[in-house]
This record gives sequence, C-alpha cells and structure tokens, in this order.
Amino acid sequence: MQLRPILSSLSHHKLTASLLMLQVALTCAIVCNVVFMIANRVEQVTLPSGVDEAGLSMLNSESIDKSENRLARHAADLAGLRAVPGVTAAVAVDTLPLGRDESSYGTCASAEDLAKAIAARSMMRDGLCVQPAVYGGTQGEVGALGLHLIAGRDFRADEYVAGSDVHVAILSRALAEKLYPGKDALGQSVYAGGAKPIRVIGIVDTLLRPHLRAPEVNQYAMLFPMLPNDGEVTYLLRSAPQDRERVLRMAAEKLQQLSPERIIPASGMRTYAQMREAYFQRDTTMIGLLLASGFGLLFVTALGITGLANFWVQQRRRSIGIRRAIGATRGDTLRYFQTENFLIVSGGIALGTLLAFVLNAALMTQYELPRLPWHYLPIGALVLWGLGQLAVLGPALRAAAVPPVVATQSV
Amino acid sequence: MFAYYLDLALRSLRRNKVLTTLMVLALALGIGATITTLTVLKLLSGDPLPQKSAQLFYPQLDPYPKDQPFSRSGKKLPWLMSYIDAMNLLHARKAERQAVMALSQVKLTPQGQGGKPFYADGVLTTSDFFPMFDAPFQYGAGWGSTDDESRAQVVVIAGFLNDKLFGGANSVGRTIRIEDHDFRIIGVLRPWAPQPRFYAVHLGGRDYGKGEAVFMPLQSVRADGMTPNTVMSYGPEHTDMQHLETAQSIWLGLWVQLSSADEAPAYKLFLGNYAQQQVALGRFQLSRVGLWDLMSWLRNEQVVPDDVRLQAGMALGFLLICVVNTVGLLLAKCLRRSREIGVRRALGASRGAIFLQFMVEAGIVGVAGGVLGLGFAELGLWGIRHQPAQYASLAHLDLSMFLFTFVVALVSSLVAGLLPAWRACVVAPAPQLKAS
Repeated sequence: MQLRPILSSLSHHKLTASLLMLQVALTCAIVCNVVFMIANRVEQVTLPSGVDEAGLSMLNSESIDKSENRLARHAADLAGLRAVPGVTAAVAVDTLPLGRDESSYGTCASAEDLAKAIAARSMMRDGLCVQPAVYGGTQGEVGALGLHLIAGRDFRADEYVAGSDVHVAILSRALAEKLYPGKDALGQSVYAGGAKPIRVIGIVDTLLRPHLRAPEVNQYAMLFPMLPNDGEVTYLLRSAPQDRERVLRMAAEKLQQLSPERIIPASGMRTYAQMREAYFQRDTTMIGLLLASGFGLLFVTALGITGLANFWVQQRRRSIGIRRAIGATRGDTLRYFQTENFLIVSGGIALGTLLAFVLNAALMTQYELPRLPWHYLPIGALVLWGLGQLAVLGPALRAAAVPPVVATQSV
Repeated sequence: MFAYYLDLALRSLRRNKVLTTLMVLALALGIGATITTLTVLKLLSGDPLPQKSAQLFYPQLDPYPKDQPFSRSGKKLPWLMSYIDAMNLLHARKAERQAVMALSQVKLTPQGQGGKPFYADGVLTTSDFFPMFDAPFQYGAGWGSTDDESRAQVVVIAGFLNDKLFGGANSVGRTIRIEDHDFRIIGVLRPWAPQPRFYAVHLGGRDYGKGEAVFMPLQSVRADGMTPNTVMSYGPEHTDMQHLETAQSIWLGLWVQLSSADEAPAYKLFLGNYAQQQVALGRFQLSRVGLWDLMSWLRNEQVVPDDVRLQAGMALGFLLICVVNTVGLLLAKCLRRSREIGVRRALGASRGAIFLQFMVEAGIVGVAGGVLGLGFAELGLWGIRHQPAQYASLAHLDLSMFLFTFVVALVSSLVAGLLPAWRACVVAPAPQLKAS
C-alpha cells in the first residue's frame, strides 16, 4: 500500500482532516481519563469489607426508657432474636464496617511509643501511633460477621466488659503489620487511649473501617470485647440470604413485643447489602454517568468519522473511478480509505496522548485523582483505531463499489 | 433576504437528512448534558439568601494550641467556636444582629393522640436567628433575647412539622415534648430552607435539603442536657458533653449581620482585638481571626460536591467535542457545494450573502439541537430527581436555564458554523464554473 497518494490527497483536505484529528485527540484525552476514573470508582465500590455480607441484615433499636438496665435489655433482646426462625446468629454491635458511625482511638505499639507521642502532644507525628477504628459487640461478633481469623483465637466469655476498659483485642492484619512490622503481633500489647496494655489475642484477615479514609488506613481496625451499653444499639442477624426480608420483619415485631419502650427507625432496618449500596451510592451514580459520557463521546466521534468519510467518497467518486479504470482493484480502494482513516486517527491519538496527561494533571490539582497510569494510553489508542476502522467501513465499502465506468462519465 | 436564506438552508439540510439528523443529535446530546449538569451546579452553588447574603458574615477565631493546629497544614482556621467565645461575641453586640447556633438530632413526642416518638433535626440558637436570616413566620413569632437569658421552654417549628403534627392549623400555644421536656410552640415558619444550608455546613447537618424541623433557644435546651451533633476538642482532655459550656471544645457557629459590607473591616478589627485580649489572658496562643461574607464562605468551604463540578466539566468537554464534530461535518458539506456557491457568486451574490447563508444554516442546526437538547436536559434532570442525593428534589429547569439552553445552542452552532461559512464565502467563482 502506497502512502504517498493518500498523503497528497490529505494535504488537499488539510482543514477537514485536521478537524477530525482534533476531535479524535479530544476524545482520546477525555475517554482515557474517564476510563481511569471509572476504574478508580469501581475499585472503591468493590472494596472487600472482610465481612461475609450475603446473609447479614441488621436493625437499630433506640431505647426510650432511660431507667432500664441496658445490658439485661440487650441480652433479653438477643435471646428473643435468636428464637426467630431462620436466624442462625444474632449479636449486638455498636457499629459495622461501612456503617459510617466510627469511634477510633489513638493506638500505639508500645508504652514507650505512647509516652513519646504524649510528649510530642500528637498521636500521629512520626508515625509512632495510628488511629484505628474500634468495633465493640457481644460475644460471637467475629463469627456472626464471618470474619476470617488467621491467627490466635476469638474472645472468651469472661473477657467481655461493659465499658471500654478491655484487656484483650483482635486486630486486623493491616493494623498488626503496621504496629509490629516484621514481628508476630500475637501476644504483644497495644496502648489505645490509655496507659493500660491491651493484649493482642487474635488477628483477622480483612476488616474495613466504618468510614473510609485514605486507602492505606482503610483497614486499620480492631475488635474489643466491649458490650454495647448505649440506649441505641444495632442488632446484627445472620440468616439464609433469601430469608433476610422476612427475618428483619419478624425481628422488629419480636423486639416491639419484648419491650415497646423503643424506636426502631425504618432507615436502620436493612440488609448489609443495602447498607453497602447506600454507602457507595454517589460512586455508583458517578460510574453510571462516566460510562454514559464515555460511550456518548465515542458515539459522537464515530458519527463524525462516518459523516466526513461519506462526503469524501462522494466527492472523489470520479477519481475513484479513474483509479479503478487504470487497474486499482476494489480491495485497493477499500484499503485506501481504511489507511487514510488510520493515518488521521493515529495523528489524533498522538496529540490525544499529550492532552490526556494535561487533562489528568488538571484533574489532579482540582480533585483527588491519582496520576494516569501509562497503560491506559495504548488501550485508548486501540479502542480509537478500532472505532475509526468500524466507522469508516461503510463509506469505504461504498467507495469500493464505485464502478470504473464512472471515469468515462462527465459530471 | 433572511427568509430566502432560511429557505436555502432548509433545502440544503433536507438534501442530507441522515447527516442533518446526526449533526442535530450530536449537538443536542452535548447541550442536554451541559444544561443538566449546569442546572445542578447552579442550584448547588446558588445564593441561599440573595437579599441578605452581602450583609451576613461568619467570624472565626483560633483557640487551638500553636503546635497542634486545627488543620493539618495549620492554615485553616477552626470551623466553629467555643461557647465562651461565641457568647462573648454575641453579648458584645458589635453587629446589627448576631446569633450562635448548633444542630442536634432531637426526639419529638407529639402530645395527646398517643403519638409515637420520632427523631428530627433541630437548631439550637439564639433570638436573632429569625430576623437575621429573614425566616418568614406563618403563625406567631420567634423568641426574644430575654427568653434566651431566662431559659424559656419555647420552640419555633417548621411548616412541614406543623403540617405533620397539627394538620397545618395554628399551633401557637400548644406544647410538644422534646427529649424529656415540654416546650410551648410560639411560632410556626412558612416553608423555609435556603439552599445550600449555609448555617448547617459544619454543624453536622446536611448541606442541602428541606431544613430542620424545630428551632429552640440554645441555653434552654442545654440546661436540659441536649448535645450538639458536632463537638471538636482542642484541649488535652476528653470533652465532657455535660459541661460543654466550659470545655475546651468548639461546637457553635456564629453568624453576624452588618449594616453593609463596608462595616466588615471594623468588625474584623474588633475580632482581632478580642483575640489579642484572649492571648493576653492566656486563653489563646494565636491571635489570628477570619471574617467571611456568606458567598465567600460557601466557596471557601467547597460546599458544592466535587462530583458535581466534575460532571459539569465533563459535560462541557462533551459539548466541545460535539461542536468540533459539527464544524467538521458542516465544513465537508460546504466544500461539496463549491459549485453551487460559484453559481450564486457568478449571479451576483456577495461574499457577505454567502457567509450569512451558511451561518443561517448553522443556526438552524443549533436551534434544532437546542430544542432536542432541552428534551435531553429534562430527561437528565428527571433522572437526577430519582437519585437518593440530598439535593435531588430541587433539580428543576428554571426559566433562566431554559433560555440559557438556546443561548448555548445558538452560540455553539454559530461558532461551529464560522469556519465553514468563511471557507464558503472565499470560494472563487470562476474555477468552480469552469470545472463543470
């Protein structure tokens, strides 16, 4: 395939060709960044919580009776909830991964670190200490959540206390590795919010915090054998996934039966899946919008390519006829238009690559977006080349169908 | 003459139906996306109190220790104030009006009817809140500063709560149980919810939405032990929620109304003096202060969600590509019509006439794109109204955006038409005629 005739013909359409190139370049720049943003959001939305989410549901209960013994109330409620047919586990918890409500304690790996942090009047300075989220709950929380214990053991019944004055804790793996790099965290003592050592008795694999922050601290979390002792409590129920709705309904009825002195807000009665969906609702909306705009852009650009190619074919009917008459085959004509399109799109991609990084840099200063990884560019290029070829196929086939006899006709 | 160009343009557009449709469709998509996102952006970055915003100011002090600043960079001033500072500034009465406020989730129990208790958003504030923010009363009125001091058990309720509890009737004088105490209703507001919810921004409230249900005197409900949504401690010890008034914690927002923006430097001077005084007393380590007018405050705190700004940017990028697309297609079209242009020129049409003819053609594409784009925008806003976002119910196309749609459509199509029309009018007639 000779490039020279194509190039010289393109030089006659400098303006239209460069407009098309500009359009391809803009599309390339925007689509690369859009795809990158989609990938970021998808990663966020699919973040594993460490919880076995499928069969979980929960409801909140807020006590109106200020005089009642809360621990006894919770115990009685749990006994009632476990009797609901279909419930395989029921625990009372203060908060949940992705539950938004978070309490966190400044936590240090050793008493010396704590002393240093206090002297520096800052828990975070020099990375001495971290701020993990703390989960409290009744016995069986690890099992009910379906957390994966990779070392050590679960809490024993005699380790549960009503206040935050606990002696043992279960850490997430990320937190254990951060506090005790290269060491076995089991048996070590952490210092959380006080001078008393808290012994690490277990490590769970993945455990997300209630409220996400930066990626590196999202899994800083630990469990305390801390019985919920507030008027407001969350009951976590495990059942077969198809039973969740029924179990929730029956559980709410059961709780009202056990004590009508409470509010069970409808907004707090939901499955874990619904809570997760609500947590990421903004992100899923954005993914939808980004997808729509990405496809919209590609569609409009394809439209532009097809439209222009159509005109060029009509405009050059006569010269196509002449070329056919002097020996060019249908295949030659077809390839001519395909190559021409390939050249224009390639020019656009070259410019687009540059624009993509400029746009990315602008987005990085405006929004918290990481740098565009280079591998998005070849993918973007492939997509645009494919799109260009697809868009030009129709007009090119029409060009190939021009019979040689056109050469002899006067216009 | 214009009618003739219109006729020519319509003929030309009709000749290439598919292409015209595609051009209009692409432009309409870009316009629809742009108008949808700009409507939301305008809504979210609007002026909550257009008649008052220039007079409303938000003062800031910095009680944080030097080596443990409020923000990581140390540049931002604390969002809220401690009780002592807020009350000192309130009682100094250096502005025309001033009110402190906090937000709280409160438990309401309707009287009689065996009503079930429920939770609602409440504002804990002082008497100037209503006149300062131009809150309109349906029945009754707000409380006075004497009620603040005497810890009166009175409450102003929002219209929607009055509808819910009393069927919209005049409920002034009736009582409602808030937490564990009875409060007398002294006023009912008309529907009132400035957007964005500027005074709720850092108080743990929503940035947008229908607003709070009850408004109570701060000191009265604090005496009952009600706690605010947001409390941040700047001291070494844990905040005791029962003794917030003396704790080293910030939890109150202070808004002041000055007679005009010219008074702002004087008020800032007063703030600076106050801060220096506190430094001298050893309460503060830093004497820096801030004073924002309402709109600058909203901009500075970036109340508009990042996602919304990103969407608007994306839509503009989309429109840009649609315009480039239209330029290309119009250009190709006009180049194909060189002969027609040559004939028209030879018959005496001037360059200006040819230029105008092609601009009219582009304008028609624009108007058609605008009409279709309006449809897309309505569709997009309908979609937004069905999102569970805080501002969803507010997303409507107003008259100004309706007109703006056509401005965008016309401007973008005429910009797109410039290059093709210019190319068309510089076509030399002779060679075109000779070629045939």
